[in-house]
Amino acid sequence: MDAVLFLVFAAIAVACGISVVVQRHPITSAISLIGVMGALAVLYLLLGAEFLAAVQVVVYAGAIMVLFIFVIMLLNAGVEPPGGRSWPVRLLGLPMLVILVGLLSFVIRRVFAGGEEVRFGAFTKGGPREIGRLLFTDYLLPFEVTSVLILVAILGAVVLARKEID
Amino acid sequence: MDSVPLSWYLILSAVLFALGVAGFLFRRNLITIFMSIELMLNAVNLSFIAFAYKLNQVDGQIFAFFVMVVAAAEAAVGLAIILTVFKSRPSLAVDEVNTLKY
Amino acid sequence: MNFFVLSLLKAAIVISVLMVSLLYLQWVERKVIAHIQLRMGPYRVGPHGLLQPFADVLKLLTKEGFIPSHVNLFFYLLAPFLAVSLALISIVVVPFGPEVELFGVRTTMQLTDLNIGILFVLAISSLSVYAVTFAGWASNNKYSLLGGLRSAAQMISYELPLALSLGAPLLVAGSLSLREIVLAQQGTILGILPNWMIFQLPAPQLVGFLVFLIAAFAETNRIPFDLPEAENELVAGFHTEYSSLKFASFFMAEYANMITMTAITTTVFLGGWLPPFPETLGSNWAPAVIFALLGALAVYYSRQAPRPKDRRTLPWVGLALFAVAAIFLIPAAHPLLVPPFWFLAKAGFLMFVFIWVRGTLPRFRYDQLMQFAWKFMFPVALVNLFATALLVALFPR
Repeated sequence: MDAVLFLVFAAIAVACGISVVVQRHPITSAISLIGVMGALAVLYLLLGAEFLAAVQVVVYAGAIMVLFIFVIMLLNAGVEPPGGRSWPVRLLGLPMLVILVGLLSFVIRRVFAGGEEVRFGAFTKGGPREIGRLLFTDYLLPFEVTSVLILVAILGAVVLARKEID
Repeated sequence: MDSVPLSWYLILSAVLFALGVAGFLFRRNLITIFMSIELMLNAVNLSFIAFAYKLNQVDGQIFAFFVMVVAAAEAAVGLAIILTVFKSRPSLAVDEVNTLKY
Repeated sequence: MNFFVLSLLKAAIVISVLMVSLLYLQWVERKVIAHIQLRMGPYRVGPHGLLQPFADVLKLLTKEGFIPSHVNLFFYLLAPFLAVSLALISIVVVPFGPEVELFGVRTTMQLTDLNIGILFVLAISSLSVYAVTFAGWASNNKYSLLGGLRSAAQMISYELPLALSLGAPLLVAGSLSLREIVLAQQGTILGILPNWMIFQLPAPQLVGFLVFLIAAFAETNRIPFDLPEAENELVAGFHTEYSSLKFASFFMAEYANMITMTAITTTVFLGGWLPPFPETLGSNWAPAVIFALLGALAVYYSRQAPRPKDRRTLPWVGLALFAVAAIFLIPAAHPLLVPPFWFLAKAGFLMFVFIWVRGTLPRFRYDQLMQFAWKFMFPVALVNLFATALLVALFPR
């Protein structure tokens, strides 16, 4: 069951990931990215990260991507014109990418050859209680710093996107 | 069938990260490039959570949580910058945003 | 019994009840609005228009499913599908009753109890923005696009007070699981008031409840916040270009969202399946009394009904109500029937409030809507959250 779920959702994630990169229209890319995020949320559940799975959907799919789609619609961004990259990039890009992925997979297979097995339900510390406890004890300072970061980001966004009122 | 090797999760993460890199390098639309960055962040989150499982510690998940928070802040500012760029020149192609080169 | 068989059985029961209430909610709404406006409402199809929902469904099914040539087909078809599936999915975490034993099988009256239940509901409701936005964008029509953009902005804005007002009861209950939230509301205050979230000491959530309810109106795109589909300015907004079954999906999604929102409100703020007064005062017998009174009312009214048809049919309705009351009198059926009764009664009352508001209030202007969200709802929800946090910290249970 675990393997089936993993394979199905990994396939969805990879297919949507490819779609993000190859689609010409930004809005199709955006919805493919939402697909990746949804599939990853399920994989987080398989890894026992329940809270993170929910946050992934709420924050990434529910807030960040809505912002993207809002901007795409607001700017009425159309289909991207084809071409534009120089010929070595177009010729060598794909093979280099495949080599990179192959190399990474090879290294990962070698390093984790001992075979740590992921079993659904074996990791039970991913609930809101445990995350919250750690967040407000060991990671209190980073947590507060991120809140300041978000405040700064809000201010920056408001200042940047403000309409000039003369 | 009851379990999956941890390396599969890491390989999936690597594949998604590579796809993000590819999108970042090949695409010309500012928004699509930005989305490729988000794809890379997601891939990294997956490996954080996979390692949290392997080490049997929640800390990895906390890192993933922080990555998400930073991604949210980054999206807000980044999209505001894209809006400003679009206001000054009605195009989203990155190649045309080159004034700082000269 | 097998876990899968049990889950399928429960899912079948929940989905059938949900579908029937979806159908008839529309009828109830038309009737209530009609009576608010001193009209009759649907009357022709069946007795008192009771078959009207089926007639409507039949009409929508047999209509031509016209697809305009200028739409983006994939997103155009995806939007109604998303709307309906996202609206129906949240019901899985709602608890309708406590753990019961039936034919030797112990099970909870809930499809699944997630320890992140509230977050699940928030996640699904945050995704439902896409349905409306995609519908507006894919229709390739300026009114639809405006409706879609409006709704995206509106739903994101109101999600903040919604989530914040939901956070305060979580602090009091100390759990994200909906079942545990209900269980935290057991008991009474001073022996009279139920220990529901809206009354519960140390931090009564009355303000949070009101903020949540108002934000829920906005999240479900209901009047007075139905800007995305404002007929007179946007020609029905995001669903201008939709017809037949695709339109029916949006329509259904609106009512399903309403049901979900009322169910969540009931669970979090109004004590879920818990009765309004304790069992020692005989709350188990209250449903039987209520149904018997309704039956008596029907029989009494049948003697002086203005329509001759009603004089013949209403005694039978009264008899049916007496039969229901008799079923509620059986003590063995109490654990199975009484908790869902209270749950449905509270949720039904909230749905009535939804319809009541629709019959009473005019629509907001768009800038008023945004100002209301950011300058009033958001600060109030934030202050409520902080005050609750302070009180919970000062008076731990």
